[in-house]
Amino acid sequence: MTDTLSGLQLPPYAQSLDMTLSGRHDGSPLIVMPFAQKVQGRPGFLHGGAISGLLEMAAVAAIAHALRERSDEARFKQVNVTVDFMRGGTPQISYAVGAITRLGRTMANVQSSAWQDDPAKPMAIATLHYLLKRG
Amino acid sequence: MSGVDLSKLPMPDGFDPALIMRMISQFGHGGHLGMAYAGHSPEWVELSLDWREDLVGDPESGVLASSAIISLMDNATSLSIWNRLGEFRPQVTMDLRLDYLRPSPKGAKVFGRGMCYHLTHSMAFVRGIAHNGDINEPLAYATGTFIRIGDRIS
Repeated sequence: MTDTLSGLQLPPYAQSLDMTLSGRHDGSPLIVMPFAQKVQGRPGFLHGGAISGLLEMAAVAAIAHALRERSDEARFKQVNVTVDFMRGGTPQISYAVGAITRLGRTMANVQSSAWQDDPAKPMAIATLHYLLKRG
Repeated sequence: MSGVDLSKLPMPDGFDPALIMRMISQFGHGGHLGMAYAGHSPEWVELSLDWREDLVGDPESGVLASSAIISLMDNATSLSIWNRLGEFRPQVTMDLRLDYLRPSPKGAKVFGRGMCYHLTHSMAFVRGIAHNGDINEPLAYATGTFIRIGDRIS
């Protein structure tokens, strides 16, 4: 079986914030982001936009990965996103993973979760809708 | 939001979004994205963000990552609360939603206008519009809620 994670690339935005792919979590690509000045908001905490970025990259990687698994060459673009912030992000490594609720013919529904110490204690959750385009 | 402790900034003439943005744009995530002050009125605060290759979310189309615009709207709506209050008070984003009416074209500067339309003792309700220079041609609408945390943290 070919590894559907190999060759999966994160967009420039993810690279600029030093996000990397780090294997799988619950079947979807796990995204890791180190703490740095460039992702900091108020002193000592992650910026909400950087947390949103981690959630968005997890969603994008989850869709790209799911499409590869079914050899589907659809392109996708975000329609909307809602982010719920539950805990402040402290100066340490953050993780995120996207769970695909539905990958249909025209839409993908994704829920991404970001955490630091414990996946059961999310820092933020995003609900994202993507429009799929084929051909 | 900002990478600088705003509670320690002296603002003798009330809340000044332009001054705040000059500070924010030197530090942290706002500095990394190159966010800048673009204007304000008693009702709104507008910030801007230049298109940049390293902020692209879709390399094929050159469209910016959605989260660069979320950061812009988070900051613009956050500043609109302090602008309405006339002073800095600690607050955190509870939730933020963005609806994209269209993509922001490759190379185009993005403006984010934030408006605080209601305040209670513990919450602030905000809306925002992202556009490329003409607010009558919006690219995205934002809706969000902030928790006002009083003096619990600074």
